Amino acid sequence: METALSVLVGLFLATAFYLMLSKKIIRILLGVAVMGNGVNLLIFTSGRLTRELPPIIATDAYVLPPGAANALPQALILTAIVISFSFFAFLLVLAFRAYQDLGTDDTDAMRFAEPVVDDGPPQGY
Amino acid sequence: MTDPSPAPTWILLALAAPFLAALVAPTVHRLFGRAAAFALAAVPLAAFVGFLTLLGPVADGARLTTGFDWWPSYGVRFSLLVDGLSLVFALLITGIGTLIVIYAGGYMKGHPQAGRFMSFILLFMGAMLGLVLADDGITLFVMWEATSITSFLLIGFDHTRARARRAALQALVITGAGGLCLLAAVLLIGGATGTRTLSEVVATGDVIRGSDLYLPIFLLVLGAAFTKSAQVPLHVWLPNAMEAPTPVSAFLHSATMVKAGVYLLMRLHPVLGGTPEWTTVLPIVGGLTLLTGTLMAVRQTDLKLMLAQTTVASLGLLVLLVGVSTDAAIVGAVGYLLAHAFFKGALFMIAGTIDHEAGTRDVTKLGGLRKLMPITFASALVAAVSMAGLPPMIGFVAKEALYLGLDEAGRTALIAVAVAGNALMLVIGFAVALKPFLGPEVHTPKHAHEGPLELILGPIVLGAVGLGAALFLHGFSEIIVLPMAGAITGRPVEADLHLIPTYVSTPLILSIVTVALGVVAYLALTPLRAAVDAVVRGIGWGPDRGFDQIVAGLVGFASVVVRVVQPGRLEAYMAIVLGLAVVTLLAPLLLFGELPAWPAFPDLTAQEAVVILIAVSGLVAVVVARTRLTSIVSLGIQGFAVAVIFVLFGAPDLAFTQFMVETLSVVILALVLTRLALGERDHRPLRQKVVDAVIGGGLGLAFMLVLLKITQAPFDRTLTDFYDTYSRTIAHGRNVVNVIIVDFRGLDTLGEIAVVMITGLAILALVRVKARTPILPTPETGKRK
Repeated sequence: METALSVLVGLFLATAFYLMLSKKIIRILLGVAVMGNGVNLLIFTSGRLTRELPPIIATDAYVLPPGAANALPQALILTAIVISFSFFAFLLVLAFRAYQDLGTDDTDAMRFAEPVVDDGPPQGY
Repeated sequence: MTDPSPAPTWILLALAAPFLAALVAPTVHRLFGRAAAFALAAVPLAAFVGFLTLLGPVADGARLTTGFDWWPSYGVRFSLLVDGLSLVFALLITGIGTLIVIYAGGYMKGHPQAGRFMSFILLFMGAMLGLVLADDGITLFVMWEATSITSFLLIGFDHTRARARRAALQALVITGAGGLCLLAAVLLIGGATGTRTLSEVVATGDVIRGSDLYLPIFLLVLGAAFTKSAQVPLHVWLPNAMEAPTPVSAFLHSATMVKAGVYLLMRLHPVLGGTPEWTTVLPIVGGLTLLTGTLMAVRQTDLKLMLAQTTVASLGLLVLLVGVSTDAAIVGAVGYLLAHAFFKGALFMIAGTIDHEAGTRDVTKLGGLRKLMPITFASALVAAVSMAGLPPMIGFVAKEALYLGLDEAGRTALIAVAVAGNALMLVIGFAVALKPFLGPEVHTPKHAHEGPLELILGPIVLGAVGLGAALFLHGFSEIIVLPMAGAITGRPVEADLHLIPTYVSTPLILSIVTVALGVVAYLALTPLRAAVDAVVRGIGWGPDRGFDQIVAGLVGFASVVVRVVQPGRLEAYMAIVLGLAVVTLLAPLLLFGELPAWPAFPDLTAQEAVVILIAVSGLVAVVVARTRLTSIVSLGIQGFAVAVIFVLFGAPDLAFTQFMVETLSVVILALVLTRLALGERDHRPLRQKVVDAVIGGGLGLAFMLVLLKITQAPFDRTLTDFYDTYSRTIAHGRNVVNVIIVDFRGLDTLGEIAVVMITGLAILALVRVKARTPILPTPETGKRK
């Protein structure tokens, strides 16, 4: 099972980074969303997989039964999902505003912070 | 060598005093105007008198130290050492410093920044005093750099002129590089001898000479000394430093700071000197510097540049003498160092007075000033006689002593170099002292008249000292020259200095040859100048041009580097970062044979296989989607598939959250994207797509391999077991995931909530704040409007 999910994680991250290497801001955004899922699956898999038995203690017991799922990565991922969602939402609005102000969705044309300088640094003292 | 004894603690105060005076100098100048110079000069004068009282004990062989712990954890003490060598330097710095402060008061009169100038001069004085008094190597380095920085401030004082800025930068770059050499040398010396305290280092005898570190230490010390003391080919900064106001040239660039390199060589002579490397490299470099400096001086017509080039020459002569390393040569070096400080300081002040009063310092535009400036003329003559090495001045004694040293050492080639150099020095000395004053009166830009007291005091006093030292030679030798020479050689030195030759000796014959050569050259000065000028023009390249080329090359190189590593294209940054991530992850796996074992084919249930396939198809659809709506929906597919995976593997809480978040994402994305007129397609050329696919695929592969490796390793359940055990028993919750989030790691969750809130505020700000002025770039260049 871990093997299958490892391959899936590889596919998720490969897709995510391929999208993020694009010049179109919207594809970069999609890449960020996919990357979030990929990373969550990576954490999930590295905590080992257990089928169907959630980490919930029965009413008449005080400890988990053996073979229950690993609770720790789940707690981490729960936090990660929320954070990556707010990150995604912020990036989305930022991209939207950048598009409104700069009039382009092409990162090559977004040269406001790093303008093209043709005439090199000043010479002399 | 005697063991150090404690020095009076007022020495620390004497060192602090110039810095404190620098602090108040602008205020004092504003309050008292012209009288401020005399008030400020009282500070170095008091220190000078204080140091005079130490002459007696030091002449008896005492070595005085004092100080306090500065940085104890690294064994750095702020410690001072007063011995024959440092005491003479301290006297020169405070004595000439007193005269310079007074001179600067007259020279800078009416200048709007005169107070600041005084402040810089006093700062330099403190740094220089610290340099020569420092006993700790780190203290020495700090003070060394402080002199470089104050010199930078003083050379660039007239910062509105590009030439002054260039000269200041050049001096800082060259002497600053030397400072780094000094730091490295100090650390290596500490490694070789186990101490960075100079008074202990010089007592270690042959330890450094016998160490494997000798050569690196030797080269680093030379790097420091040759930059500061302007040896060929690093001398270029010194003539350029004449851009500074003349008091600076007289003080820093002839009498004191440029001798710091010579001081360093003298200080370390007991432990570094006398080796074949020392007695070969130093005389050669010094001799070359002597000849270059005098020839370049002949070429000049500017009084200050003539003097500056002979300063280069004199520093070369000093390095040559220290390099010969015999007792007699060291005595010659000490004598010449003192004579040079007296006559060169005086001549610079005279050149400044002529410039100040006549309005030019071009020797071809001056003449007949003897009647208008008689006192200046007289003091110039006295200084020139000393510079020419004629009796009855200390310069003559020094020249005899150094010829004797070279003769005893049997270095015939060096004698020839020294005679030629001294002859040309005589030419320049008299050219400076005679040409402006003799001959018919020439019309000068300003109507010339005698300088005020401030300007003529310095040359008179220095001339009197130069004469007095020669007339009372025995006492001068006993309390100044021999203790200093003893500190340089590391043992008591005997020498018989004489003003009136008692018999016809080799040095006397050499002196006569020098004078004869000098007189001939003086008479032929104009053709000689033309000849040297023609040769220099013929070569057409010098280290000064080289400096410009290096600086221009550096700026060009920096520009290319910036253009390469910061092209301003996001995809280039991403490609570099992600490409390096691929290498970082894959290289250790491949190099150390840590690849995971080939896994068995996974035994998936049917529903697991289906969900994984759905996720993969969602991913593929996102990449190949032709319209935005398709890609958004595809994004939803892979997100929901992940949620189902969570369900299948026992994580219902995750699945629930994932469903909500994915739904929200898709809805918001659809809302926003429908308001944008975006390009539909990915317009990357195929080649670019292949490169991106290789990087992205490589990174995916790398993460996959790392994850396989991790899951194949044994699993450590310690932390998981902790939460499993205590979730109900201590925290009273049955859902372990929830207990971890709200209880065990509650503070982390608080941080998470804060992140969400801050993001929300940022989004609100982005949405609400409208750009007041549209900052649309032009599509072609992306330049700001």
